[in-house]
Amino acid sequence: MDQSLPTLTLKDFATDQEVRWCPGCGDFAILKTIQKVMPNLNRPKENQVFVSGIGCASRFPYYMNTFGFHTIHGRAPAIATGVKLANPELDVWVITGDGDGFSIGGNHMMHMIRRNVDLQILLFNNEIYGLTKGQYSPTSQTGTLSPSSPAGSIDSPLSPCLVSLGSGGTFIARSIDTESKHLSQIIERGSKHCGSSFIEILQNCPIYNDGIFEQVKNKKLAADFRVEVNHGDPIIFGKDNKKGIKLNRESLSLEVVPVAGNEDQLLKHDERNKVQAQLLASMKGPDFPIAVGVLYKEERNLFIEDNQKQLRKHRSEKGSVKKLLESGDTWQVK
Amino acid sequence: MQSEEEKIGDLGLEEKEAVVVRFAGDSGDGMQLTGNNFTQATALYGNDLSTFPDFPAEIRAPVGATFGVSAFQIHFGAEDISTAGDDVDVLVAMNPAALVTNLENVAEGGLVIVDRGAFTAKNLNKAQYDSNPLEDGTLEGYRLLSIDIHKQVLAAVEPFGLSHKDGLRCKNMWTLGLIMWLFDRDRSVTTKNLKSKFANDPTVAEANIAALNAGHAYGETAELPVGIHVYKIPKAKVISGIYRNISGMQALAWGFLAGSELANIDLLFASYPITPASSLLHELANRKEFRVNTFQAEDEIAAVCAAIGASFAGSLGVTSSAGPGIALKAEGISLAAASELPLVIVNTQRGGPSTGLPTKTEQSDFNMALFGRHGDTPIPVVAAATSADCFDVAIEAVRLATKYMTPVMLLSDGYLANSSEPWKIPDFDSFASFKVKHYDDPKDFKPSIRDEETKARVWAKPGTPGMEHRIGGIERSFDTGDISYDPENHQKMTDLRKYKVENISSDIPLQEISYGNDSGKLAVVGWGSTFGAIHQAVKRAVKEGLQVSHIQVRYLAPMPSNLGQLLSSFDAVLVPEMNTGQFIRMLRSEFLVEAEGLNKVSGQPFKINEILASIYKKYKGLEG
Repeated sequence: MDQSLPTLTLKDFATDQEVRWCPGCGDFAILKTIQKVMPNLNRPKENQVFVSGIGCASRFPYYMNTFGFHTIHGRAPAIATGVKLANPELDVWVITGDGDGFSIGGNHMMHMIRRNVDLQILLFNNEIYGLTKGQYSPTSQTGTLSPSSPAGSIDSPLSPCLVSLGSGGTFIARSIDTESKHLSQIIERGSKHCGSSFIEILQNCPIYNDGIFEQVKNKKLAADFRVEVNHGDPIIFGKDNKKGIKLNRESLSLEVVPVAGNEDQLLKHDERNKVQAQLLASMKGPDFPIAVGVLYKEERNLFIEDNQKQLRKHRSEKGSVKKLLESGDTWQVK
Repeated sequence: MQSEEEKIGDLGLEEKEAVVVRFAGDSGDGMQLTGNNFTQATALYGNDLSTFPDFPAEIRAPVGATFGVSAFQIHFGAEDISTAGDDVDVLVAMNPAALVTNLENVAEGGLVIVDRGAFTAKNLNKAQYDSNPLEDGTLEGYRLLSIDIHKQVLAAVEPFGLSHKDGLRCKNMWTLGLIMWLFDRDRSVTTKNLKSKFANDPTVAEANIAALNAGHAYGETAELPVGIHVYKIPKAKVISGIYRNISGMQALAWGFLAGSELANIDLLFASYPITPASSLLHELANRKEFRVNTFQAEDEIAAVCAAIGASFAGSLGVTSSAGPGIALKAEGISLAAASELPLVIVNTQRGGPSTGLPTKTEQSDFNMALFGRHGDTPIPVVAAATSADCFDVAIEAVRLATKYMTPVMLLSDGYLANSSEPWKIPDFDSFASFKVKHYDDPKDFKPSIRDEETKARVWAKPGTPGMEHRIGGIERSFDTGDISYDPENHQKMTDLRKYKVENISSDIPLQEISYGNDSGKLAVVGWGSTFGAIHQAVKRAVKEGLQVSHIQVRYLAPMPSNLGQLLSSFDAVLVPEMNTGQFIRMLRSEFLVEAEGLNKVSGQPFKINEILASIYKKYKGLEG
């Protein structure tokens, strides 16, 4: 970390562009949180690169006074990989939505995650296509009424965190658009993680899918429908923290139990445990709370670092075009 | 000199100083390896040459099947050789399938060498021969050399204790030994190659070398039919210098390495495996001591996008594919054009549409290269004409992309990529550099600042303080670079994109005549790999006194500024293309010339005689 960097504030990361999201959009809150968290990361501003695809979320780079590339639908992961391969010094952020990242760009997402490219992926998941005016998305609940599914969508939704886990993700976390403090902590941890840091942000679309996360966002309901997991702590939730999560070792499934009487048997969050991460990522209402926090983290070989190692090895002696042209079998004509 | 050389009249080649040899066998028979070794020896001997590997899409087709026949053709001799040759003078057929699929290309009276040991009832049946062609008169009119190579090779490798199967694998080297005897080639390069190829298995190396020597010794000692003896093909008279063999794909890869040095910039080569383009990825992946990094992406779209990401970050992104993959990259290419970032896209064309003929050659992606994008998205398009030309064209693509901040499409094809020719090694020190300067002046910086002359946008890379900016695929304001939906601005930006590409015509060489005079009765106009066949055909026509000239166009978009005027200096224009007539439409619409097409889409390159016949026909019409 460079100590000589100038002290930056939120304002340094804001641009003069008018923010063009709908009033009440969850994206505003996320933008504010990220502009606020950037100075804390203590990294050179000119090294920050935000790459996005297409969709409401993907307008994000225009509002960050850093380098930004608003690209084409679904391809931000591939473009970001190219940016990072060309200059490993850069801090690369991929901003995407559920349609951009998991429908049209699902393939790139999967491969960026498995390669463990050192960058941050922020998925703004509002379970709907916003910019194209409200069609159901790959994360929409079955039965979603939309212009393209007037009788209810018949697709089963995918879970972005589970897909990331299955793709070999090394940092998988979930947070909420309006929970600025929690989101800041997760982003800070994600940015420090070496590898692909995948952060799903549950985001409300007030126009096409309003209230879809009401249970986890509403202060009154959230206690029962949301659980914050922290490494090493027992997983407890509910009003007055009276409910806990227990692992049924016979069925290898989770159960909601009263904390009282089960103190010794409560599941402690171990973010290094992949099986447990899968169980936690799968939890959803109405029977289970939705888990937020860092669900999984591991250290694994790094794509960019390994690429650099190979380059350094090859480049111990610089190539000469002249020598290359004359290499192998040549003959002289007099 | 001539007195030492025996006339090759016995092969019916009295007037020629060049020979075409075609090795054909099963795809597992090692015909490409055989051909490559013969090519090396021939280059070292001092003949000019051109090769054409012709292999099936199947990696290992069922043994003996006609669709699994793999062939390697080499044309070599004393004269200026620029195609792999029309008719085959010597056909080596390792089995009945190789004979049945290649015999029609053999010249009348040509030599056919077959492995009699492979002409079993089963193999004859697979080749759909009702009777044995070695005995039923099928080969009347040819000279036949029928040898039981199976038996010969097993005897030759017997001391090495190989299995029957492994022993038979050496039969390509036995055959190569015989052909090397026939044309007086030196076996030492092949011996060296075998030792290196089988470095981990010296017994196999020795067995192959023994087979090679045995084939050669067979030629020396066996009583061969009258007229089959050593032929000394005169050496080519070429400009002095140091030469090497180079394939199109190798030249292209090396051209990119050279281009990166001249531009003083790193390359990211991002690609997805596809036939026949993959060898470019292989070659560059193996050259990382140069300023190239390679990335095998998850698909074609990711490949072009990673290349664009690299360009945004300040390197030059290069991507490569064949037709179907280029189609997938189209949206990405438009992004690079809209955001005004440099990018080079290589299309090694193959037979289409859809999967088409993956291992065969065609020029049918001309239209896609020029027009295959949504929106008004002009980009420069350049085409390589010969294997060696790929080197210069790759450098030129790097120059144009970085100077004009634009995607550049480079067209090659399956024939160019795989064929090889001798190349006089250029003096790299004499190449002019075109160093890239990334913009770094923070004073009043905006991403829409442009070079006054080229109108190219500035290239400011992440990591440079004060250069923070946002770009993207949404239309941007001409003045500020910010998002703009303003109608007048869109008109202005569209005009700008068009102007930028058209203006490149002032920065490229004027069109030259490749052969012949700069005016006359007939101009034969080509682009890409048809160069060799057109060159030879026009040369022969001129020799016969016809007023014909050859024009080969490298710059397809924008075209050289004098091309229209040049075409109007001829009474007629003939445009041979390996498509149904794509370039010709461009020539007609741009220059209003009455051009006539000669079109071939068989997956095979043009033969000289096909073009020559068309020249005669057209010429006759002009005189009448």
